[in-house]
Amino acid sequence: MATETMNVTFDADGYLADHNEWNEDLARELAREEGIEELTDMHWKVINFMRKDYIENGAVPTIRRLKKAGGIPTKELYSLFPDGPAKKAARIAGLPKPKGCV
Amino acid sequence: MKKLVILGAGTAGTIMANRLSPVLDKGEWHITVVDKDETHYYQPGFLFIPFGVYNQQDVIKPKRDYLPSGVELVMSGIELIEPERNRVKLENGKVLEYDLLIIATGSRIHPEETEGMKDGGWHKNIFDFYTIEGSTALANYLKYWEGGKMVVNIVEMPIKCPVAPLEFVFLADWWFTEQGLRNKVDIEFVTPLPGAFTKPRASKYLGDFLDKKGISLVTDFGIERVDSGANKIISYDDKSIDYDLLVTIPTNMGDEVIERSGMGDELNFIPTDPNTLQAKNYENIFVLGDATNLPSSKAGSVAHFQSEVLFENILRFIDKRPLLPEFDGHANCFIESGFGKGILIDFNYDVEPLPGKFPLPGVGPFSLLEETRMNHWGKMMFRWMYWNLLLKGAELPIQAQMNMAGKRQ
Repeated sequence: MATETMNVTFDADGYLADHNEWNEDLARELAREEGIEELTDMHWKVINFMRKDYIENGAVPTIRRLKKAGGIPTKELYSLFPDGPAKKAARIAGLPKPKGCV
Repeated sequence: MKKLVILGAGTAGTIMANRLSPVLDKGEWHITVVDKDETHYYQPGFLFIPFGVYNQQDVIKPKRDYLPSGVELVMSGIELIEPERNRVKLENGKVLEYDLLIIATGSRIHPEETEGMKDGGWHKNIFDFYTIEGSTALANYLKYWEGGKMVVNIVEMPIKCPVAPLEFVFLADWWFTEQGLRNKVDIEFVTPLPGAFTKPRASKYLGDFLDKKGISLVTDFGIERVDSGANKIISYDDKSIDYDLLVTIPTNMGDEVIERSGMGDELNFIPTDPNTLQAKNYENIFVLGDATNLPSSKAGSVAHFQSEVLFENILRFIDKRPLLPEFDGHANCFIESGFGKGILIDFNYDVEPLPGKFPLPGVGPFSLLEETRMNHWGKMMFRWMYWNLLLKGAELPIQAQMNMAGKRQ
């Protein structure tokens, strides 16, 4: 994988071990691994909101929070990050794998 | 006279009233409990009602019978909590001032959060089993159902008692077999999660169970709407699933008063310190049970474990001592697996459910992450323990903190 050459560490789930090591180039790489060839403005809106929210609150925002606090309609989120948008967007944003709350 | 107010007389609020009332000096502290509903429901029993194992009478008792005589009970809805002014406005017009507030307002289902859920099919061929109304309506429907495709769908996480939907399909498999109907029923478990359950090892184990019982599993399904005219559920990414009978676990949310008071997150759950149970933004407010935003299970066993930690912390707060960060997310759940058997899981914030033995003085050990008859009896025995010990705040032979004894890594 291209990300192997980027000198960053991933956790057991394949998510960035330290979110401070994240940068926009890495996000583009990770997006390609997730099958997203190009990150549009709307992708960046999601990624930037997730990072800001994580840093402020210490938790990866849920799909509902992305809608309510981030203003990102859920339908659109699914088309931006197909098949599991919360997990995919979190990985691209350099955040830990979201925990399905028990 | 100082004032302690407890909002909610469900499992968590009732336990706290019973623990604190005998200990706080009556000359110094006045305890008020507020709730709008006279009836206490044994909510773990709702699961069994659709299959005729319990009826309504088995799961209801008057709330007053379970509260200590030393507390004042006010029957009213809550209009607004004003944490900056240390007071609570009630729907009956009364204003309660407090020195210390415990919020235990729980969580409830909100089917109206999903488009189309409450259209034509609601309680006709779409049911919940998280309310007394839903579970009894489903019992009546199942009595005369001749078979078809039953879809059990979790709308979104978190939900109260996250193992209940799995227990429901296990019990349904057993019940349809007993009725001689199993070969006419398809059971499909449709979840937004990537597996049968959230924690990896338990998810694998329980997923294998679904397989063994001939229950199909659809993962990563984020429901957008119900088309109750066509009997279909449709996901945000336009996948569609047909049903004849839809059993839904709708969005769970904290009480509306939390939203009105500006104290909650986007699901009206209150930001709470995960270890001390103090509200994040207010030092004289504590939160327990389903009302918190914590990543622990929303379940009675959790409220019970929290109550032990919170009891100590309330006394420490009153004595101006530092709070103990002792709550570890401990949950202990009997999972009914059908045919008179059950599975036990025991876990916390950091340790996922592991196999092994669960030592219980005088009764146990119970087997962990393994199907046994004894675990089923544990589950059945729990109802007696709930009414007679747990609600009264009595000491149970289980520690508040999870223990690794008996568990295999």
